[in-house]
Amino acid sequence: MAWFLLLCAPLMFGWIRASELTFELPDNAKQCFYEDITIGTKCTLEFQVVTGGHYDVDCRLEDPDGTVLYKEMKKQYDSFTFTASRNGTFKFCFSNEFSTFTHKTVYFDFQVGDDPPLFPSENRVTALTQMESACVSIHEALKSVIDYQTHFRLREAQGRSRAEDLNTRVAFWSIGEAFILLVVSISQVLLLRSFFSDKKTTTTRMGS
Amino acid sequence: MEMKAVVSCTGLMLLFAWLSPSQALYFHIGETEKKCFIEEIPDETMVIGRYRTQLWDKQAGSFLPSAPGLGMHVEIKDPDAKIILSRQYGSDGRFTFTSHTPGEHQICLHSNSTKMALFAGGKLRVHLEIQVGEHTNNYPEIAAKDKLTELQLRVRQLLDQVEQIQKEQNYQRYREERFRMTSESTNQRVLWWSIAQTIILIITGIWQMRHLKSFFEAKKLV
Repeated sequence: MAWFLLLCAPLMFGWIRASELTFELPDNAKQCFYEDITIGTKCTLEFQVVTGGHYDVDCRLEDPDGTVLYKEMKKQYDSFTFTASRNGTFKFCFSNEFSTFTHKTVYFDFQVGDDPPLFPSENRVTALTQMESACVSIHEALKSVIDYQTHFRLREAQGRSRAEDLNTRVAFWSIGEAFILLVVSISQVLLLRSFFSDKKTTTTRMGS
Repeated sequence: MEMKAVVSCTGLMLLFAWLSPSQALYFHIGETEKKCFIEEIPDETMVIGRYRTQLWDKQAGSFLPSAPGLGMHVEIKDPDAKIILSRQYGSDGRFTFTSHTPGEHQICLHSNSTKMALFAGGKLRVHLEIQVGEHTNNYPEIAAKDKLTELQLRVRQLLDQVEQIQKEQNYQRYREERFRMTSESTNQRVLWWSIAQTIILIITGIWQMRHLKSFFEAKKLV
């Protein structure tokens, strides 16, 4: 009975997990996320700005006492690892308050603790066989491949959003410039003509 | 007797664990506020989202353990802005969908509070957990269902991971193609519009001079 409850203990408290979310941060807005962490857990917060403005955001991480563990202004991408010094609710906030009209899309990955083991009986006394430990190392390597892929995907999304912005801006400004060109040249001619118009017509116009 | 207690206890705990993310990340939203999350995923990828809500109790000055009478409306849009899921769930819920087109899917949550935005001063605490791709697999369940040994289960996990990597690489190729098309379109636009503007400039210059010359000749100034 006791060993059974022990196996199920991780299910009751201390969910070891990674949360990764991509959300939109409107201008002048601040978004905070909270997580309850137990003491001694190694946690990693990674964030990256995907689209918007100058691709920067303010980030701030506080522990349950309100002590600021990490604070950076206008950062594009960063990764911060810390060990929870006490039990409680940790809070991290992303702020776009410095921006007047650009929405930002922010991606973050908050990893708490290590991955849950594949089996509940992972903490058994017998060591892993060679095959099993080879599988574990392949698993770790693949996890880092997936991690690199995610970062590459985000950078590509950033580049693509800039390219699409450039594309629409080029079209808009080219049409605008051609239009301005025509308007300015026609009005120049009309203005010049008005300088040389007959004195008679101007006096009659002023008179009436 | 003890066995029955153990089984029911485990069942209850597993149900609780499966249904609600008790220790997940949480955030606060206004009662009528809509919160959206973006998931950029390849096609044929399964996504499972679980959430739990708590309502702010003004009298007690803290959050109630749940949000009685308040449901959450979940809306999921695919990359073409077509709605693939739009359903109302209770205050705790689990939604799942599989993507059929690769791209940015948008998952939006808002409560079905009938209060107006101005008067609803309440806050909601939403615990959310979104699992994508191979993270949706429940390995102990798969092991029990297919009766796999430990080694077989590990290899199965590696196969799932490799499949996810492969899908992502495929999606990467499709995205790179789109990027290349956008760049080429920009290149073409810059080229043609520059030529067009130069031609317009030359033509208007010529027109201006000819027009003014004929105007001054008519006025007998030249």
